[in-house]
Amino acid sequence: MWRRPFPWLIVGAALLYALVPYFTNDVQLRESLLLAAVYIILASNLNLMIGYAGYINFGNIVFFGLGGYICLYLVNDFQWPLLLAALVGGVAVSAVALLFGLGILRLRGAFFALATIGVNAAIQQLVVNFEPWGGATGIYLALDAYGPLGGPMQALWNIYLLIVALTAASLLASYVIKNSKFGLGLIAIGQNEDAAAVLGVPTHLYKALIYSASAFLPAMAGGFYFFKSGIIEPAGAFNLQTSIEAIVMVMLGGAGTIIGPTLGAFLYEELRGYLLIAETFSHFQLVVAGTLLLVIVLFVPGGLLGFVHRRWPRTRKWLE
Amino acid sequence: MIGILASVIDGVLVGSVYGLAAMGLTLIWGVMNVINLAHGAIIVLGMFVLYLVATTLGLPAYGAIPVMIIFGFCFGVALYWIAVHRMIGRPHLMSLLSTFAVNMVLIGLGTALWTTSPYNVPVAMPGLTWQGYTFTGTHIMAAVLAALIAGLLYLLLYRTRIGKAIRAVANNREGAELSGIPTTRVLSLAFGLGVALAGVSGTLIATLFPFTVLSGEAYQLKSFVVTVLGGLGNPAGALIGGLALGLIEGLATPFMPVSWIPVVEFGLFVLCLIAFPRGIFALRRS
Repeated sequence: MWRRPFPWLIVGAALLYALVPYFTNDVQLRESLLLAAVYIILASNLNLMIGYAGYINFGNIVFFGLGGYICLYLVNDFQWPLLLAALVGGVAVSAVALLFGLGILRLRGAFFALATIGVNAAIQQLVVNFEPWGGATGIYLALDAYGPLGGPMQALWNIYLLIVALTAASLLASYVIKNSKFGLGLIAIGQNEDAAAVLGVPTHLYKALIYSASAFLPAMAGGFYFFKSGIIEPAGAFNLQTSIEAIVMVMLGGAGTIIGPTLGAFLYEELRGYLLIAETFSHFQLVVAGTLLLVIVLFVPGGLLGFVHRRWPRTRKWLE
Repeated sequence: MIGILASVIDGVLVGSVYGLAAMGLTLIWGVMNVINLAHGAIIVLGMFVLYLVATTLGLPAYGAIPVMIIFGFCFGVALYWIAVHRMIGRPHLMSLLSTFAVNMVLIGLGTALWTTSPYNVPVAMPGLTWQGYTFTGTHIMAAVLAALIAGLLYLLLYRTRIGKAIRAVANNREGAELSGIPTTRVLSLAFGLGVALAGVSGTLIATLFPFTVLSGEAYQLKSFVVTVLGGLGNPAGALIGGLALGLIEGLATPFMPVSWIPVVEFGLFVLCLIAFPRGIFALRRS
C-alpha cells in the first residue's frame, strides 16, 4: 500500500496537524483542532458503515461513550495505565459490537436504523442504572490520574498527539479497507445486497465485521477524550445529537470517499465554532445544521467530494 | 393486588395515547415506506400548541385538539412537499436523513423560542375514585379522545373514497396510478394525516405530563417501540402495541425502580426488532 502516494499524504497531513499547535504553542488552536480530530475519527469510521456498506448507524456514538466509560473505569478504579485501558476499551467495545452486529444486522434499511437508535437508548439507560459506573452522575477522575503522563498540563499535549495518531489510523484503515477484497464486498453490499450475496459475498459476516471494525477506533478515542475531560456521564457520553452530527459530516463531505468525511468533519466543526461565537446564531446552531443536511440530501447527495468528482471527473483518480 | 390492577389500568389509559402517536408513524410508513424521524419534533409541536391555546390565549385546553388536527394536517402536507417528495422511491437512507434534518430544524427553532425549561399546562378534570384508588380525570379523558380519534381514522380509511385511495396507494403505487388515482396528492395527504395524528397525540400527552422542547425524543422512541410491537405499517396494530406498552409500563411500575423502565422498554424494542421485524401482532400480508 505504501507504493501509492495517498497513504503518504495522510501521514504527512497528520504530522502537520500534530506539529502546528505544538510549535506555535497555541493552546486555543490545539483545543479546536482536537475537537475537529475527534469528529474526524467519528465521521470516518461511521463512513465505513454509511459510505461503504450502505447501512445507516444512528447510534454510532454508543461506541465512543462505551469506550470512554470502560477506559475511565479501568484508570480510575484499578489504576491501569491510560494506553492499556483505552486499548482494552477498544477491544471490548469491538467484541460487543460484533455480537450485536450479528443480531441486528439481520435487519435491513430503515429497520436497522431504528435498531441502532434503540441500542444507543438501551445502553444509555443501562449505564444510568449501573452503580459501579456512578449511575446518572458518572465517573469523576481524580487529579493524580494525570501523574503518569507528566502532570495535567503535559497530559493535554500527549492526549492531543494520541488523538491525532488515531485520526491518521482511521484514515489509513478507511484506505486499506476500501482497496481490499473486503472493501469491494462491502461496496457491493451497499449497492445491491441481494446481488452481492448471489455473487458469493458472505454478506452477513462482512456486515458484522465492518460494524465491529467501525467501533474500535471511536471507542479508543472515547477513552482519550473523556480522560482529557476528567469526567464522563451518561447524557454526555451517549448523546444522540453527536451521532447525528457525525452523519451530517459524512454526508457533507461525501459518503464512501476517504477525504470526504474528513473534510466534512473539519468544515462542520469550524462552522459550528463560528456559529457558537456569533451572537445572532448561537441559538440557531441546530437550525443551521439541519438546513445544511436537508439541502445536501435534497440537492447534492454525493456531498462536496461527489460534487467535485462529477464536475472534474479526472480528480476521481487521486482524490479518494 | 388491587394496587397493581389500578396501576395497569392507568398504564393502559396512557398507552392508548402512545398508540395514537405510533399510528401517525406507522401510517406514513405503510403508505410511502418512509420512517418519519421528525415524529418527535411534531409531538413537541402538539404540546406547545396546547400551551399556546390554553395558557397564552386562555381558551379551554381540549379546544387545542381540533386546532392541532387542522394545523398538523396543513403542516404535514407542506412538509411532504419540502422534505419528503423528492425522497419517495430512493434509498431509505435519504428519507431518514431528510426527515431528521427537519427534526433538527424544528427542535432548534423550538429551543430558540421556548428554551429547554419545563412547561406544564394544568388541566382541570374530575377524577374517578374506585376502591380507594383515584384515576386521574385527564388520563381517562385522554384515553377516550385517543379512542375517538382512532375511530375517526378508521372511518376515514375504510368508509370514504379518500381512504380507499390511500389504501390503494399503500398496496401498490403503480397500480393505483394506472387506475387514475393522483398518487402524489394521496401521498401528501397521507403524510399530512400522519403528522396530524402525531401532533394531536402530543397535545394529549401535554394534558397528562409536564414537557420540554426536548421531550419529543423520548416519545419518538416510545412510538418506535409501539410500532415494532404492533408491526410497522399497520394502524390497528399500532393501537394494540400502544396498549401493550402501557400495560408493560403499568405492570412494571410497582415492581422496579422507575429508572429501570426505559431499560426494559428499549431492550424489548431491540429484541422484538430482531426476532419479529414485522411486529408481534402483525397480520401476515398475503
